[in-house]
Amino acid sequence: MSPASVFVCLSLTLLSDYPVIRVKPDHSGVVTDGVKHSMNPFCEIAVEEAVKLKEKKFIKEVVAVSCGPTQVTETIRTALAMGCDRGIHVEVSGKDYEAMGPLQIAKIFAALAKKEEASLVILGKQAIDDDCNQTGQMTAALLDWPQGTFASEVTIDGEKVKVVREIDGGLETIKISMPAVLTADLRLNTPRYATLPNIMKAKKKKIANMKPADLGVDMVSRVEVLRVDEPPTRLAGVKVETVDDLVAKLKANGTI
Amino acid sequence: YTFPLLTLDSVEMERFADEADVVIVGGGPAGLSAAIRLKQLANEQEKELRVCLVEKASQIGAHTLSGACLEPSALNELFSDWKERGAPLNTPVTEDVFSLLTKKYRIPVPMLPGLPMNNHGNYIVRLGHFVRWLGEQAEELGVEIYPGYAAAEVLFHEDGSVKGIATNDVGIAKDGSPKDVFERGMELHAKVTLFGEGCHGHLAKQLYRQFNLRENCEPQTYAIGLKEVWLIDEKKWRPGRVEHSVGWPLNRNTYGGSFLYHLNEGEPLVALGVVVGLDYTNPYLSPFREFQRWKHHPFIAKTLEGGNRIAYGARALNEGGYQCLPKVTFPGGMLIGCSPGFMNVPKIKGTHTAMKSGMLAAEAIFPKVTAKDLASETAGLHVPEYEDNLKKSWIWKELYSVRNIRPSFHSYFGLYGGMVYTGVFYWILRGKEPWTLKHAGLDSAQLRPAKECTAIEYPKPDGKLSFDLLSSVALSGTNHEGDQPPHLTLKDDSVPVANNLAIYDGPEQRFCPAGVYEYVPLETGEGMRLQINAQNCVHCKTCDIKDPSQNINWVVPEGSGGPAYNGM
Repeated sequence: MSPASVFVCLSLTLLSDYPVIRVKPDHSGVVTDGVKHSMNPFCEIAVEEAVKLKEKKFIKEVVAVSCGPTQVTETIRTALAMGCDRGIHVEVSGKDYEAMGPLQIAKIFAALAKKEEASLVILGKQAIDDDCNQTGQMTAALLDWPQGTFASEVTIDGEKVKVVREIDGGLETIKISMPAVLTADLRLNTPRYATLPNIMKAKKKKIANMKPADLGVDMVSRVEVLRVDEPPTRLAGVKVETVDDLVAKLKANGTI
Repeated sequence: YTFPLLTLDSVEMERFADEADVVIVGGGPAGLSAAIRLKQLANEQEKELRVCLVEKASQIGAHTLSGACLEPSALNELFSDWKERGAPLNTPVTEDVFSLLTKKYRIPVPMLPGLPMNNHGNYIVRLGHFVRWLGEQAEELGVEIYPGYAAAEVLFHEDGSVKGIATNDVGIAKDGSPKDVFERGMELHAKVTLFGEGCHGHLAKQLYRQFNLRENCEPQTYAIGLKEVWLIDEKKWRPGRVEHSVGWPLNRNTYGGSFLYHLNEGEPLVALGVVVGLDYTNPYLSPFREFQRWKHHPFIAKTLEGGNRIAYGARALNEGGYQCLPKVTFPGGMLIGCSPGFMNVPKIKGTHTAMKSGMLAAEAIFPKVTAKDLASETAGLHVPEYEDNLKKSWIWKELYSVRNIRPSFHSYFGLYGGMVYTGVFYWILRGKEPWTLKHAGLDSAQLRPAKECTAIEYPKPDGKLSFDLLSSVALSGTNHEGDQPPHLTLKDDSVPVANNLAIYDGPEQRFCPAGVYEYVPLETGEGMRLQINAQNCVHCKTCDIKDPSQNINWVVPEGSGGPAYNGM
């Protein structure tokens, strides 16, 4: 029986590679107003993988899901332009959005996956703004599904999925049964561009709207952010001429 | 560095095409005002109109950089209820200060009403945020806005009129070969195409040649504006205060000046910067380093001490005014905004005129584009009414009245001559004098050979008030997809070393505000080569303007690349 639908769960992140991020004056977080936001790069890879699986006819339908404020619909549109069939926007805004963490997101994705009877849930391995690397794993646990994380290669083999995982020691190959949760790592694929004609066509694809309450998920956070600070400015290094100098300096500042 | 595209037999070369009524290139004040005006007219008269706007920045406002003191005249005409709609004009000007700086001191110059620099009634804005707001208004009215897509090519009908534009192909590797993700650009066809690329647009360059639009005007002359945003000590913050200066560190024959504006948006932010005329003659001059050392002047330093720099950027701007206005309409299209160049130089304001030009374009096009049976000589609509409307509007009167101020700086007396001329002729006669002074000619032709000039000793950046180039570029948030052909192309690869380096000591190393150009020794030992760090580019266009050999040709990189300005 070929899998019916695949869920790709997206995250909208601050494109934290290059824009200028600064800490809010009250140290409660970073300034996000006006900063460039776009689809999390690992989620782009997840979307690409799902669309590739559909093109190879392993799956019938790809649904792109994301949680967040209205901005998030643009990210879902990009996913639709890359080839997803429809989208679901779970609206979370204001204080709920600021407090939203991997656990709340995982609960939402798990509830949706069950509701829509998904066979595969594919996510990016981590979001580049908080680097948590928890959502995929939590989703699998809540659903009690097997998980293939840090995937660098995915092959569907009947009712099972063969996943090659990137681990510290090298590569690990596992075979898990579906339904399953996968998280995409960097080398899984190179995402295609969302071309302008596809963006225009994506405007006609459906994005359903819902709230966490519709899924029975409570958004209360178990984590409280106490303070956000910038990393301390790196002090200039000191060059020493001889090994004796080095030892003397290390002794002087108490390291040895 | 300019390579021919490898043959693409293996790749699908057909381009998808779509039709709109009007296509606008550029999501800045001019483009967005034109789009908004078109949709306002369409809604008023209950007509259908498809307006598509493409913008190379990843989001509207990300490539926008300006001082800026906005004169709300055009905005009042576009949206009389802009305040209720939440336009981010939060800082009315409360104080206006003008100084002539010497190395250590400051001579105050009275800001009499009637002088062009007087800012009474204006607002200090973060133009990027204002443009973003304009974008939101446009989308609400039904304009289709596509940020992240750069118009790379002008398309022509068989009769030579403009058919529309094509976005650039993506997924091309550094050597010109197609990557796996290669995709052809898309064609957008329109009855009329508006080009609002801002100062020195790359498509406008082609259009000038194609339609001979510049045969009756002087070549455009430019300046480069460098800007930073600082979070200063609250005690020094005076919201609504506008400061301008001329003089130090520029010598009397180098046109330029500075600005420092105190914003009023909750945090003690100031926007400051320096503008240097690109008709400067000394190849050793570095606009970036002039900017950095200007901040050390006691009058400026006292505001910045204890503060933190949070943003940096740069952009070229027009200085030519009335004498340099080209023909702005041609079959199938027209030029709006800073692209043809409506900036009022002594006021240092171009946003209000850019917006008005967009609105006038929209008003001229609308009846023609919605007419039931329009007989047109050319496939692309020619709307010369736009140029007629411009000539009858306040833009023309304004630019005519200040036309002689900028060229008055070209005499032996330089800066002082210009100031005297402004005081005498403009303040008293308001530009009614019967003569029209000329500019000096092409900026790129103004450089004198290096051996005739003295190198300028710039102080090292102190890391507190002044900074080095690379840390500044990092603050612009600029980036480009690494594996793509460099978008700064050379017509002839041998010219930089043979001409620019040999005669002018490589001025591009100094005038580029992003460190794109570096002369590095050849790996083989003897001689130098030009290294182009295209990823640093902030899309200011200065190199295309100032290159003495006019060998550098700026073309648009893959969409979304470039700076990530936030409210600049």
